[in-house]
Amino acid sequence: MIDRLAAALQFDQEALNLRHQRQQILANNIANADTPNFKARDFDFSKELSRAMDSGRPAGGGLALSTTAAGHIAGGGGSAPVGDLLYRVPDQPSLDGNTVNMDVERTRFADNSVRYQAALTMLNGRIQGLKSAMQPE
Amino acid sequence: MSMFSIFEISGSAMTAQAQRMNVTASNMANADSVAGPNGEAYRAKQVIFEARSQNGSGVGGVMVREVIEDPSPMRREFRPDHPLADDQGYVTMPNVEPVSEMVNMIAASRSYQANVEVLNTSKQLMMKTLTLGEN
Repeated sequence: MIDRLAAALQFDQEALNLRHQRQQILANNIANADTPNFKARDFDFSKELSRAMDSGRPAGGGLALSTTAAGHIAGGGGSAPVGDLLYRVPDQPSLDGNTVNMDVERTRFADNSVRYQAALTMLNGRIQGLKSAMQPE
Repeated sequence: MSMFSIFEISGSAMTAQAQRMNVTASNMANADSVAGPNGEAYRAKQVIFEARSQNGSGVGGVMVREVIEDPSPMRREFRPDHPLADDQGYVTMPNVEPVSEMVNMIAASRSYQANVEVLNTSKQLMMKTLTLGEN
């Protein structure tokens, strides 16, 4: 029962998780807009989402539990970074080697925020649907 | 990456940009300081930004690596009646370039604003996430 519930929510969960990761990466691009030799990063959302759905999140990253006895389970905590973190192709290279284009980053950030909210709304709707299915008449 | 590291990323950028603005303010204030504590004219300062990396993922905000002294040559003015003039009548003035300092300040404040915006948007999204599944 519980695993079916988890499976019903998995797609929205992965989508929300990736939106959050992208939000962080774009925030990092904006934060480093004046850093010499910083290269703007991003990832292909649809590719990462289909990979997360097919084969789970990439291993590594996040905090791992330390195992001090034979019976301990190596639990992985936190979400790993995305598998394929790409570099953005600059359309106006700057002298200091920085490839952040503030306009592009800010529009992507706004776009990603709206999509994050959309994913949130969708997940909320699914939870509401499951909840109302569980209600007695 | 924790859920709240986005605050750390934008926060680090705000700290760095604020430091850049501080340095600019110091440069502007000392644009005519012919003598500092070491007896020499003030040298313009510049901050060097460096991208911070968090557990190798390349996403981790920004920090000020160091504050350097501007290596450009000092300005020399011919003022023979000045008490600090050398034997040829020249006074060594700070190498502060007021125009580029103003440009620097505007750029820093715009970057700061962009990061505040990022922070606000992210905070709103987090608040919405916290009420997920209610009502």
